[in-house]
Amino acid sequence: MNLIFSHRRISGLLAVVPANERSFVDEMANFNFPPARSLKLKQVMGYDKHRIVDGPVCASDLACFGMEHLFDSGQLGRDDCDALIVVTQSPDYLMPPTSSVIQGRLGLKQDMFCLDINQGCAGFLIGLFQAFSLLEQPAVHKVILVNADVLSRKTSPRDRNSYPLVGDAASVAIVERSQDETPIYANLKMDGTRREALMIPAGGLRLPCSAETAILEDDGENNFRAQDNLRMDGTAVFNFVQVEVPPMIRDLLRTAQASMEDVDYFLFHQPNRFMLQKLADQMMVPYEKMPSNIVERYGNSSGVTIPMAIIHNLRERLLAGSIHACLAGFGVGLTWSSMLMRLGPLDFCELIDYQ
Amino acid sequence: MQRILSILQGIRPEFDFASSDDFVGDGMLDSFDVVTLVSDLDKAYGISISGVDIVPENFQNIAAIEKLLQKYVKP
Repeated sequence: MNLIFSHRRISGLLAVVPANERSFVDEMANFNFPPARSLKLKQVMGYDKHRIVDGPVCASDLACFGMEHLFDSGQLGRDDCDALIVVTQSPDYLMPPTSSVIQGRLGLKQDMFCLDINQGCAGFLIGLFQAFSLLEQPAVHKVILVNADVLSRKTSPRDRNSYPLVGDAASVAIVERSQDETPIYANLKMDGTRREALMIPAGGLRLPCSAETAILEDDGENNFRAQDNLRMDGTAVFNFVQVEVPPMIRDLLRTAQASMEDVDYFLFHQPNRFMLQKLADQMMVPYEKMPSNIVERYGNSSGVTIPMAIIHNLRERLLAGSIHACLAGFGVGLTWSSMLMRLGPLDFCELIDYQ
Repeated sequence: MQRILSILQGIRPEFDFASSDDFVGDGMLDSFDVVTLVSDLDKAYGISISGVDIVPENFQNIAAIEKLLQKYVKP
């Protein structure tokens, strides 16, 4: 599905990461593999450090911390929030929505729109689509897009497939109308027949959590995880990304009548360095135009990796000016989406630690 | 063939790869070993094996790997 928007901009970006930093080397003993093989994998996949919450910290805690920071620093007014979109796969509760939790905790006005979206690695783009659409309403001037996940709490520490990469984080993006007439081109595809490639089997109503769903099982490759945990079919997900993403980007650029050279940066979701570099090779994009340095520093925080890639790599440039950016997210659903937009100048662009 | 065997043995020295026709099925290579193998082959041959070719069938045995490499390595 092709989408097109105009007169929309991201005016500010903030990311919040837990101060608690863990290293792959320290965690290797949890995995049932010889250290030499794990170290080799560290080098290839980019496993290094990741930020994960310490204790029962929830998605709303990270989000509220970030928004309070914006209120305190005068970058956002409490009464300026006309809509709050929260994209998360790790909600505080099955009900109420995490957006309502955040609205209530922050004391935001009642005259606003709160919405949860259950999406993951494509969630920044899915959230932007909703934000852009809400801005059609004259009463909506500012949309707060929150992406937040604390999936380390649902990942088995003995699963080498997922645990070394998982990162917890939240981002807050302010989305507003703009005078800029430059079209924002986007596309989106979903395939629910492949929904089991990334899932947490237990915890919903189909399979409630129980003593049985907490039992650790070997996936056949010496990774131990329960049905309560995140499960990723790494081979299927890798193949999905390599097959679906390059043609999606080519289609996007064709629709926008743009070339690869017209794009300053390809800011993609970051599952692991190997996967991104294989994408870059396939698309003949230089590595410096497709940063892959977030996952090794902070971990894969689902929908937050794109805003974190922007903040970590382009902060100074985006505070001063703008770039032509191609964003892409791909993951749970399965869902894959991309967007070509002018990004910046931003009013703020900041990464803070959650204490 | 010897070069590929040497790379494989560098990854999993405990196995005799010359005696198997199904590395993945025989439990000699798991999905992460395949990733390591691709990285080592890329470096050894100065190539970048395309992500769409990184499927278990292409790493099932020596013949499959040799056939895959023929796509990338000019004679």
